[in-house]
Amino acid sequence: MRLISFLISSILTMGLIILLNTKMVLPAPLGKLLAPQSGLWQNADDANEDFSGDFNFPQLKGKASVYLDERLVPHIFAEQENDAYFIQGYLHAKFRLWQMDLQTRAAAGEVSEVIGEKGLAHDREFRRLGMVYGAENALKEMEANPDTKASCDAYTAGVNAYIHSLTESTLPFEYKLMGFKPREWSNLRSALFLKYMSYDLASYETDFEMEHARSYFDSTDMNLLYPVFQDSADPIIPKGTLFPEPSIHPKAPAHVDSVYLKGDIDVIENEKPNPANGSNNWAVSGKKTKSGFPILCNDPHLGLNLPSLWYEIQISTPAFNAYGVSFPGAPGVIIGYNDSCAFGFTNGGRDVRDYYEITFKDNSRQEYWFNNEWKKTTFRIEEIKIAGKPVFYDTVAYTIFGPVMYDKSFAGKKDSSKKNYAVRWKAHDASNELLIFYKLNRAKNYEDYKDACMNLEVPGQNVAFACKNGDIAIRTQGAWPAKWTGQGDFIMPGQDSSYMWQGIIPQTEVPYQYNPERGFISSANQRPVQNNYPYYLGRNYPSSRGIIINRLLSSMEQITPQDMMQMQNNNYNVFAETVMPVLLKNIDATALTGKDQEYLNILRNWDLRNDADSKGATVFFIFWNQFKTAVFGDEFAKVPNGVLSPQESTLEEAILRDSTYKFIDNINTPQKETLSDITTQAFLAAGKELRTIEIAKELPWALYKGTEIDHLTKVIPALNRLNLPIGGGDHIINATKKNHGPSWRMVVSLTPQTEAYGVYPGGQSGNPGSKYYDNFINQWVAGKYYSLWMMTKEEVNDKRIKWTMHFSPKKA
Amino acid sequence: MKFISSLLLTALLSYAACLFLPWWSIALAAFLVAFFISQKIGWAFLSGFLAIFILWFALSQYISSKNEDILAHKVSQIILQTDNPFMLMLVTGLVGGIVAGFAAAAGASLQMKKIRNSV
Repeated sequence: MRLISFLISSILTMGLIILLNTKMVLPAPLGKLLAPQSGLWQNADDANEDFSGDFNFPQLKGKASVYLDERLVPHIFAEQENDAYFIQGYLHAKFRLWQMDLQTRAAAGEVSEVIGEKGLAHDREFRRLGMVYGAENALKEMEANPDTKASCDAYTAGVNAYIHSLTESTLPFEYKLMGFKPREWSNLRSALFLKYMSYDLASYETDFEMEHARSYFDSTDMNLLYPVFQDSADPIIPKGTLFPEPSIHPKAPAHVDSVYLKGDIDVIENEKPNPANGSNNWAVSGKKTKSGFPILCNDPHLGLNLPSLWYEIQISTPAFNAYGVSFPGAPGVIIGYNDSCAFGFTNGGRDVRDYYEITFKDNSRQEYWFNNEWKKTTFRIEEIKIAGKPVFYDTVAYTIFGPVMYDKSFAGKKDSSKKNYAVRWKAHDASNELLIFYKLNRAKNYEDYKDACMNLEVPGQNVAFACKNGDIAIRTQGAWPAKWTGQGDFIMPGQDSSYMWQGIIPQTEVPYQYNPERGFISSANQRPVQNNYPYYLGRNYPSSRGIIINRLLSSMEQITPQDMMQMQNNNYNVFAETVMPVLLKNIDATALTGKDQEYLNILRNWDLRNDADSKGATVFFIFWNQFKTAVFGDEFAKVPNGVLSPQESTLEEAILRDSTYKFIDNINTPQKETLSDITTQAFLAAGKELRTIEIAKELPWALYKGTEIDHLTKVIPALNRLNLPIGGGDHIINATKKNHGPSWRMVVSLTPQTEAYGVYPGGQSGNPGSKYYDNFINQWVAGKYYSLWMMTKEEVNDKRIKWTMHFSPKKA
Repeated sequence: MKFISSLLLTALLSYAACLFLPWWSIALAAFLVAFFISQKIGWAFLSGFLAIFILWFALSQYISSKNEDILAHKVSQIILQTDNPFMLMLVTGLVGGIVAGFAAAAGASLQMKKIRNSV
């Protein structure tokens, strides 16, 4: 009897343990997760947690202290420069380890190892793009420079020191939830992280989409849809600026228009970086400011996530003293200021990723046709680990152009491609991007800044600069291929060298401005220069933000930092200002009744501001989208594999210039529609949509837009911050969209005692169980800032300091 | 008396074991206590169950109160699909309790005394 009861109870106990310790039956190992001494409860940080303590690491060379202020911003004071990077690595890991780990896994195509087969398409595409190959090349450069090598080595050691201190119970929250363990850090992983930024900012291209469009439209139509030049842009370097003779004269191959490849394309890229990844930066000189000293402003527009991409930090060593935001994953301050100057970035946005069609001799892919002979490929075997599955081996052929990304075994969202496409991406080439940050952190004047910028290859950026000595400057810096007009807008033939890049624009020939007469510099991802610049710049530049920024800055005098903060939060829609008169003129009001009349009145009375409570902003947004559909929808429905939306400015310019723009006519009807016909139709269609929105009580802009900041996994709603009451949007200085926008807002006034302000939508801790996980968000939503405190060693007793961490080489 | 001492001892031993061992060491603790302190199987189950139910509920409650329930709000939505920190603490107690309960029942079935008698 007792034996039976023993057997039953033991089996039940063991069954329960297996049930609760694994994901075999339940979707989550409940026992493991809920055990209070080791599971998720251990990540519920004490709201009054004491971060102070003594930390001893033999890797350190001297003493260092970290003063954590009330916002949990660390102020690192180290006797030895590299100890500061060790501590930065340690702190990044302490507060953001899971994020760093996951983002570098994503960069390296190692996601399947933790989430299983559903990550395989991502992993294969990233490996085939050559992300690891590019990072390995970058690492060689980073490690060839003794300064960046030393900072990377120290940073890596710091991250690993934290990783090694982890126990089952102190493991970050998401590791427990997702059931994997942190991976050792390495210099390669820092290189991978930076390569991920290159992916985000310098890998956007539309070659396949343009090819799809060209299979339907003739060249006249293509120029109407995707013009090479935009008239409306107010470029970064003002119109009328003269440029020196170019040192490279790229020549288009003969028959460039006719030779282009025809035929079916079986590739749809699996993932694309968000084309809205952009930013604003500007600096005003002392003659325009109240203080008489320059002010620099920057707000990089990126995907908004929790934990945030940014981590605020001050690093102070005998060699330099810098404050700003850093990337968890890399040493140094990325956007910020030091005791002499301030620096900020916007994306350069030029196309540095092109595809070439490759002809293999046979299925073995061992040889390809190039310059009239069969040339050998090399193979790189990518080993992709998959959770719960055998390892997947992906053999990628490398050509003179780069890796053959799409071929019979991988075609992105499609099953297989009959043709082979090699990708040439500037980010494959060896370069040391850490050096620009390393040098900017230490820059004292314009010459230092210029010297630092010269090291930036990919992602190319518009680097803004302002200095206490009164200098302001901007350089559109990067290693940009010198292209002939139109080169790389479509897929190019790869059977010989005639379509290859013919050189890289020398860093000394990039457009720049130094103390311009107008008293300010600015950039907002618009076309950097007018048509007289000797090199081709590509087609994809948004214009509106640049126009409004330059307009405001031109008119402002006696500028204060508060004015600049207001400007970063400006919700004026200059795009709407331009198109509204034409649209309103063409709506036939007699065709509207009831609710539609009401919406028209809202639109007529709209103040052109996308404020959070604006109903007019919502009406305009819906109406403009319906208008685009009315103009292009009929033609685009006939294009195979979907189509690339023309730039908004293209349609804007078209209707301003010509009310008989070819695409206005609906090709599905026998009669010829006028601009007035389709504008009215679009408004009626918008009316229908607006009624649904109004019934859901979402007519105010912020409610309709529904800005949210999601946890990086995107699939755990409880960790997201939803429905944030914030205005802004596309075309607007406050570029806050649904889950994309100003990821860091910074205003630095370079008065003798620097006055700086900043805020990012997140919090210093990456732990969802910490009150510092998302505590900056409300401030950011409200358009408010924190005062940034460049602490000095004399201020150790300041009441803003809440905790002190002492670091030393060995036990006292 | 045996019930109370079993309960206390199980809780204490489990707490100590979980400082070093995986969470399921609560089963070992409950088993051993029930093995050495003879009780009827039903009472053993109850004392094992209650010991860990109370221990885990109390620990999670203590941790969560210092955390101002920030994490419990989120995790209850993830695991229970409802925003209810208290319910999450109850479930925490139940999950641990049921494992310890059955382990205690197994221990009681093999009680020391009975084994000696049968030898």
